Amino acid sequence: MCFLFVYIVSLQSKLKFLGMSFERVQEKLNILADAAKYDVSCSSSGSNRTNTNKGLGNASASGICHTYTEDGRCVSLLKILLTNYCIFDCAYCVTRKSNDIKRAAFKVQEVVDLTINFYRRNYIEGLFLSSGIFKSADYTMERLVAVAKKLRLEENFNGYIHLKSIPGASDELMREAGLYADRLSVNIEIPTEKGLKLLAPDKNRADFIKPMIKVKNEIIQYKKEKKLIKSTPKYAPGGQSTQMIVGASGENDMQIMYTSNYFYKNFNLKRVYYSGYVPISYDTRLPQIGTPVPMLRENRLYQTDWLLRFYGFNIEEILNEQHQHLDLDIDPKLGWALRNLHEYPIDVNKADKHMLARIPGLGMKSVYKILKARRYRELNWDHLKAIGVSLNRAQYFLVCASNKFETRDLTAEKIKGLILQNSSSKYTDLLSNQLNLFG
Amino acid sequence: METTLIYDGSFDGFLTAVFTAFEMKLKTVKIVTKQRFQEPLFGGSETVYTNQEKANRVWAGLKKKMSTDEVRRFYYAFLSEKTIVEDTLYNAIVYVFASKKNVGSDFTNKHILDIAKLTKNVGREKHRMEAFVRFKLTKDGVYFANIEPDFNVLPLIKKHFEKRYADQKWLIYDLKRKYGIYYDLKKVDIITLELDANFDPTKTSSAIFAEVELEFQQLWNDYFKSTNIASRKNMKLHVQHVPKRYWKYLSEKNI
Repeated sequence: MCFLFVYIVSLQSKLKFLGMSFERVQEKLNILADAAKYDVSCSSSGSNRTNTNKGLGNASASGICHTYTEDGRCVSLLKILLTNYCIFDCAYCVTRKSNDIKRAAFKVQEVVDLTINFYRRNYIEGLFLSSGIFKSADYTMERLVAVAKKLRLEENFNGYIHLKSIPGASDELMREAGLYADRLSVNIEIPTEKGLKLLAPDKNRADFIKPMIKVKNEIIQYKKEKKLIKSTPKYAPGGQSTQMIVGASGENDMQIMYTSNYFYKNFNLKRVYYSGYVPISYDTRLPQIGTPVPMLRENRLYQTDWLLRFYGFNIEEILNEQHQHLDLDIDPKLGWALRNLHEYPIDVNKADKHMLARIPGLGMKSVYKILKARRYRELNWDHLKAIGVSLNRAQYFLVCASNKFETRDLTAEKIKGLILQNSSSKYTDLLSNQLNLFG
Repeated sequence: METTLIYDGSFDGFLTAVFTAFEMKLKTVKIVTKQRFQEPLFGGSETVYTNQEKANRVWAGLKKKMSTDEVRRFYYAFLSEKTIVEDTLYNAIVYVFASKKNVGSDFTNKHILDIAKLTKNVGREKHRMEAFVRFKLTKDGVYFANIEPDFNVLPLIKKHFEKRYADQKWLIYDLKRKYGIYYDLKKVDIITLELDANFDPTKTSSAIFAEVELEFQQLWNDYFKSTNIASRKNMKLHVQHVPKRYWKYLSEKNI
């Protein structure tokens, strides 16, 4: 009798968790985390939600990566789908209707419990909840909002919440979503409308854009009101983001970056993510399974994105009708410098911030260090090296307080060759053909 | 002749030593902790007793000379516990007090640049600990984590955890330095533990930890695997972000 009692107690404590079986939740988590992993956004930054009345959590403005997957990506949020049932049949997507995979769906309470328990153990910064579209856009969006609402109002949770805006969701739901979420995002996935027609015939661009416009307008509205009335609640303080797949539908770099630029400018996006297409289907419209993921290209696109957002470059300077593709063997800033040798050399002791930022091999951190350090004395090569400037690239493009600098009149080709000779890229294997040209 | 000043290892102790060096108008000074002190062949040595008032005066003096951020770097660098750090800090302090204008960001000065670099190292370790602490729920309802950071960052991460986990009891224990910070729902205290000889910090013993604890570790471990994209595998980058020395206390690397 006593023995039996012990057995029941231990069984209860197992079942107590989530009010249901551990194995079932485990299976759902495996399926729905696996399906969500192609969304590259991991950011948990940009929001500043303080812990009020001794609740749980706060959103740290700088974001924290709690671990990294073996592919080297940051794990900051519990990134899952609410369900991978979907009424759409987009060729590039693993959860497309016609794909023969295991389907599962979380209950609202299960997602809440998982988030809270992971958060309490310091595994995550919060939740990134996306979903396949079941029944209708509004039905799906309603469920996503319900999770966020429960976390905020019932669990007193102040951690980070990123919700997907479901294309076609109503304005009313989008308004509510922004009140509980830190960030909202719609993935446009395919950079051009032509590509979208080909790969996702039952979707249209207008449905993607509708929730984006609503959220953008609400953010502006709430910010304005907050200036007048301090108690105005936060509305999506982490802003909006989107993602584009690279290498699935034949767009060139110029098309991708112009689309990206358009979204940054017109929808005040915080981030555009670029996701190298991972082949997941034998559909003849797409790169076949086994095709390598275009990681180097993805990297160059991100570098360009950074040049636009932090280095004061214009998109037309980097990509235009004459240069529709980014160089793979050199970074886009060096590429621009080599095409515009007449702008150089730049004097590090005199040039302003914008010009310093245009020297290849100088990141913004070095730029700020130079600006501070040169107040005390003129900088020479040793100073620059100590500060952390990558002189292999920078030396051809700057002058400093020294009489030793490049005096030969080098052509762009020659400089490129010299730089490549003295650098080793982690992508060397991919590039070996091109490197031979300049070796 | 070089004078060696011996202090107790605390930051206030170090600042008191700096005060003493200025007060005694010593020309060449070496400041060391009593653990590291070795009787010098030449020159004298003197033990400095930590004095809050003197320490505060030095700190206030530095604050007057530099920006908040620049002063903060001196504290961060100190927590690196590097053998050369007292020398670097002392030389930088001499330079700061000797200069008319603020030289806190004069990166052409070796000592100032070294402090900036140490600050970067310590700051990175602080950030890592905010990320890599893995709490395990004990049977007594305390979320417990053990760490072995490269630098003494517990004083730096206290505020972060206090703000974040305001509604749960937690304890972060530094096994290397043998002290921890414990939050009892009201305030954070510094504590030391008498750890049982059988206690294995890499394991989750069912005698100590709650029954659901292993289940959540399993779920977290599963999640960690599911969210990986195998065709993009890049172990070099993975290890760069999560260096191997931290693996033993990360449940996702250890089930």
